[in-house]
Formats: sequence, structure tokens, C-alpha cells
Amino acid sequence: MNLWDVSYAISKFLMDIVNFIFSGILGLIPDPVGSFFEGIGSWSVSAGVVNFITMLLEALIIIIVALLNVIILIWIERKILARIMDSRGPFYVGPIGFFQNIADGAKLFVKQIIIPRKVDKFGYQIAPLIFVGSSFLILSVIPLSPGFAVTDSNGLTIPGGILFAFAVFAIAPFSILVAGWSENNKYTLIGGMRSAAQMMSYEIPMLLTVASVFLLVGSFEFSDVVSAQQNIWFGIPLFLGLIVFIACMIAEVERIPFDLPEAEAELVEGWTTEYCGMRFGFFMFTEYMRGYAGCGIATLLFLGGWLGPDFIPDEIWFLIKAYIVFLVFIFIRGALPRIRTDQILDLGWKRLLPLAVLNLLIAVAIKAAGWI
Amino acid sequence: MAEMWINMGPQHPMTHGLWNLRVKVDGEVIVDAMPEIGYLHRGMEKIFENKTYTQIGPITDRLCYGSSFTWNHLYCMTVENLMDLEIPERAKYIRVAAIEIQRIASHLMWIAAFAADLGLLTGFLWAMRDREIFIDLLQALSGSRLTYNYARIGGVTADFPPDFERDCIRAVDYFEKKMPEHESLYDSSKIFHMRTRGIGVLSREDAINLGVTGPTLRASNAKLDVRKDRPYEVYDEIDFEVQCHTDCDCWGRYRVRMNEMRESCKIIRQAIAKMPKGPVRVKTPLIGPARDAIGVVEDPRGEGIMYVIGDGTDRPYRLKVRSPLFVILSAAKPMLLGYKVADVVAIMGSIDVCMGETDK
Repeated sequence: MNLWDVSYAISKFLMDIVNFIFSGILGLIPDPVGSFFEGIGSWSVSAGVVNFITMLLEALIIIIVALLNVIILIWIERKILARIMDSRGPFYVGPIGFFQNIADGAKLFVKQIIIPRKVDKFGYQIAPLIFVGSSFLILSVIPLSPGFAVTDSNGLTIPGGILFAFAVFAIAPFSILVAGWSENNKYTLIGGMRSAAQMMSYEIPMLLTVASVFLLVGSFEFSDVVSAQQNIWFGIPLFLGLIVFIACMIAEVERIPFDLPEAEAELVEGWTTEYCGMRFGFFMFTEYMRGYAGCGIATLLFLGGWLGPDFIPDEIWFLIKAYIVFLVFIFIRGALPRIRTDQILDLGWKRLLPLAVLNLLIAVAIKAAGWI
Repeated sequence: MAEMWINMGPQHPMTHGLWNLRVKVDGEVIVDAMPEIGYLHRGMEKIFENKTYTQIGPITDRLCYGSSFTWNHLYCMTVENLMDLEIPERAKYIRVAAIEIQRIASHLMWIAAFAADLGLLTGFLWAMRDREIFIDLLQALSGSRLTYNYARIGGVTADFPPDFERDCIRAVDYFEKKMPEHESLYDSSKIFHMRTRGIGVLSREDAINLGVTGPTLRASNAKLDVRKDRPYEVYDEIDFEVQCHTDCDCWGRYRVRMNEMRESCKIIRQAIAKMPKGPVRVKTPLIGPARDAIGVVEDPRGEGIMYVIGDGTDRPYRLKVRSPLFVILSAAKPMLLGYKVADVVAIMGSIDVCMGETDK
């Protein structure tokens, strides 16, 4: 039972209904109108259309699962972070405050969307689209289990899934730069520039640690990476790489201590200053979704993905591990202040990059010795 | 990148109040800075001229929302100097205990704001949690939580409530136990060191020349404390150390305030232990003599001075308030130049800005 089969069954069912409506009912109309509708009906059950609808359904299911996870993650963050801070977190709305996010979302949803007069309208409106769209696109290559992945009709995933994920991950700083520049505000401009500077510092060490995984596996597919970890998780021999990767991933998803582009103390929420209402809500939401995607990638690359004893389903194993990585993010956020722009460059180039290279050397040694 | 002016304020998370820091940045480096104040001016000194000596008391509470008791006490002390009143010994000890409770509460609010500025909300909530205990003590004393109006010309409003000594000692015990927890959050954090060490350096000479006082001055390695150098109330009978630091930067200011909280705990213990029995208030005349008087105290933020001129009526002819932060803000430019925009929050946070007393 995999995602494609479920989606295909639903899609086939929907298309059969469409076919029945067009051919069975509207087809009763005398020709030439009836034969035209019959043509539409038979077209709708053709393999191409059904496959296309199936892919859309797959995307929908993936997004719904991701959104549910994000809601849980935000709730976990609020509760755990509140505990670290010796307070209680949300507890009024729903059982132990579980529906607080939905209440916040509803509040943001009904707010008026204001577009400041002097912004560059094109950049201002396209930036959220790029940010949110590219972030959702990451999810398309992250499999929760061998069955729960976006595939085509032959059961093949997107080739080079890991490369694709990191390529799409790196689009967001570009949209932040566009947003920061188009908002016609000095704070947002600095925020956008910081985002670009930050990206230069973390992107290279992160990809070097990923390269060490490529080296051990010899493949760009998430499924190959996970199945190569049957004997030992890569996080154990490449412990250094795991640390560097998590540090870089925190910078990638812009959380404290690396949330410079939206430092609320000095830049007044930085590049999101001029966005309001649901746009702002989407930014916040998408950031958590990037956090979820980042945790998922860390799980797949270093922590064995969905591998685990059989009494728990694969998908649940994956989510447990991803949530534990996210807990590390939360603890780091609760314990550390925000870092400065030049310091993150120092950290990226002087500390993380040598460590990442060292990690790559370890991977080469392991591969040469033939241990994995 | 071209140079540009950025207005940080009057509505900005960094400002802690209502003021405007204009910084000229080249990329992220600050090349010029100009603090602008006056957004919270309430004409306090003019109001004082039109109120009787008794009526002024509650208004002086509003000078600073962070440490209102200090200013209330300073006013009462100044008027006592004007009227040449000797207040009961017990009232002096009560005042000292209350001032030090207020100092701890104020410093805790500072560390809360500083931590929040640096993006460390844990520190904010922890400090606010412990501040609550000291606010509760002041509430037990005076009945209110922010503007106490506890000091009176000629003493204090009322004696300690029942069991207040015990509560004080308990609060101090609890806080001394919690201090290592607070310190470990900052001291053991590498990023906190990176954000504060060597940032906002104000040399000893600059600090003295610019008239900087209080923890900011002591962090610049100048051992100057009104409580020691010009003892008021009963500070000369109490044993405590003046805390200073040689680093002259944000880290030094943080350490000075942390150590001062420890010293305040010691002072509270001693004041409670040495406190004699007796009355807490004397009868005072309503009319002040036609001469002038001055009062100087060590506010949590610096040296607070009030200068009063009486003209033989029940109202002062003039009551001048010298607020420490009005002067310290003039040191903003030498402290800021050459640092990054992100350091503005660390530097301006480290001097504990309170606009109420600055704009008066």
C-alpha cells in the first residue's frame, strides 16, 4: 500500500464519476452535443489524465500530512519552550492548548491585508509566493517511508532527490532579499542583506557534510541513503557531520541563534516588517514547515530515516526521529542568544567549514577502509 | 553600500521607552549616532512648582517606572534636608531595606530586558519570575506594585507589616540560591560572551568626562558609589563592597549589576538585623523655609540628584531633578561608533534606559 496506489484509486474513482456524468448523462443529449460530451468523458478516464490527477492528489496528501505535522511541531515548541522558560505555554484553547495555533491562524486570517503605498508591488507580492512555494516544494522529495513518497506511475521517485531538496531549500534567501528590497524600508533592506550574507556562510559546510553522505552511499536518492544505513546510522561514524549539519540547518531555517534576517530586537522583525495579516502568518507557518523539512532531511541522512524495529510503522519511526531533532532545535533556542552577522560568517567559514572538511575526510577514510 | 540614517525609535523594540536613536550606518557599521529624547516629556519640574510638598510625593514615583521608590525616597530626603528634619532611626533602616529591594527588582528588570534584546527569552522570563518576589515584598510594604509612594517626608508611611522580616530573609535566601542559575545561563553561553565582550567600550576617562554614573561608570573601572562616598540614611553603618569591573564593556556592565544584586542581598540582611524598634515617622511642618537643599542618592541606574529651593511657602520655588540617564545617553555616541547595528541593542540595553526619568 503506497501513496501512488491510494492516490490512483481515488483519482480513478473521481474520474469514473466524471466519465459517468459526461458520457452517461450528458451523452444522452442528441448529437453533435452529446458526442462532444462523450468525448470529454472518455478523455477524462484516459491514462494521462488519471495519472496527472493522481500526482495532484499525491501532492495534496503530502501537504496535508506536512501541515498536520507543522501544527503539532508549533504546539510542541510552544509547550517545551515555555517549560524551559519556567512558564506554561498555551492552555486555554483546546486540550492543553493544542488548538492555539488554529486560533492564531484564524486571527491572522481575518486581518486586513495592507500593501504600503511606496513598496515595489511586484517584488512585494511575488516574494511570499516564492518563499512559501519553494518551501512546499521541498516536501515533494522527502519520503516518510518507502511507500509514502511522491512517485510516478512506474513507482520511481524524483531522480536526485537530495540535490533537488537542497537546491529548493536555497531559493528562500533569494525571496527574502527580494522582499527586503521591495518593501522600501531600511530595516527590511538590512534584513534581506543579512539573509544573503548568512546563506553564504552556512550553505557550503552544509553541502560538504551532505557530500560525505553521498560518498558513503554513492547515490542521490533518499531511499538509497536510508537503505545504506541498515547496519549503522551515518550519524554515528559521521557524528561530526551530524553536528555541523544541524548547526547549518538551524541557520537554514532561520531560528535562534541564527535568526538574523528577522532579529526582532534590532530590526523589528527584519524582512517581514511590512507584511501583515495572513501573509505574515504564512511566513511564520512556512518557517516551521522548513524546520520540519530540515529535521526530516537530517533524519534521513544521518539518523536512519524510517529504519527501526517493526512494531512501529515506518512513517511513525520517521516522525519520532524528526521530532527529536526538532527538540534539539527547541533546546538550542531556549538556551542561546542571537548571534551577530559578522560572527555567523566567522562561524561558518572558520569553524564549520574546517569541521565539514574533516568530516569529509573521515567519510573518505571509512569508504577506503570499506567499513560501510 | 551607501551610508544611510536609520531611526531606531521612537517606536522600536530596542528603545525601552519612547526615544529615538538615530544611527548612521555604512552597511552594518555605525559611523554616527545621535540620541533624540523628549518624546516622554511630562513637564514634571513645572508640575512640582505648583504642588505642595506633600502633593509632590506621589508624582515623584512616576519619574521612573523601573525603580520608583528610589525617586520617591530621594524627594523625601531632599525635602528633609531643606526642612532640617531628623527622621527616626527605624525609618532609615526601613528605607535602606526598601531601596535595596527596589534595586534588585530594577536590576532584574534590566537583565530581563537585556536578555530579550539579545534574543534570549529564557533569561527574560526567569528574571521576571524572580523579580515578582521582590515586587511582592514591596507590595506588602506599600500596597501597590509599581508606584509605591512609601516614603514620606519625615519617615515612611507605615511600619513593616507582620512577619515582614521573615519574608524578606526568605526572599533573599531564595534569590541567592537562584543567582547561580541566572549567571550560568549567561556566563556559560559562548554566544553571550561573543555578544557582550569588547562591545560598547567606554573608557574610564570618557566615562568620567561625560558625567556617566552608576553601574555604567563602575563597569568602566571607576570605584564611585554615592552609598559609600557620601553615605545617606544609614549606609555608613552597613558593610558592603562597591562593585566595579575593569572591562569597560557590556560584559562589565552585566557583571557589575549581577554582583550588585548580591551586595543588595547582603545589605537587606544587615538592615533587617540591625533595625531598632521605635517610631517610623515624625511630625513635619507643611511650610518649607526660604533656602535651598540638595539630595544625592545612588539610583539603580546612576546618581540621582534633586535640588530644591524653598521660598517660605508650602510649595517649592524650584525642584530640579538630575537624572542619571539623561547624562548617560550623551555617552551613546562614543559607545556606539564603530560597532555593528546588531550591537546597538547590546550597548543601549546595557545602560538600562528608563525614559521616565530622562525626559521628566
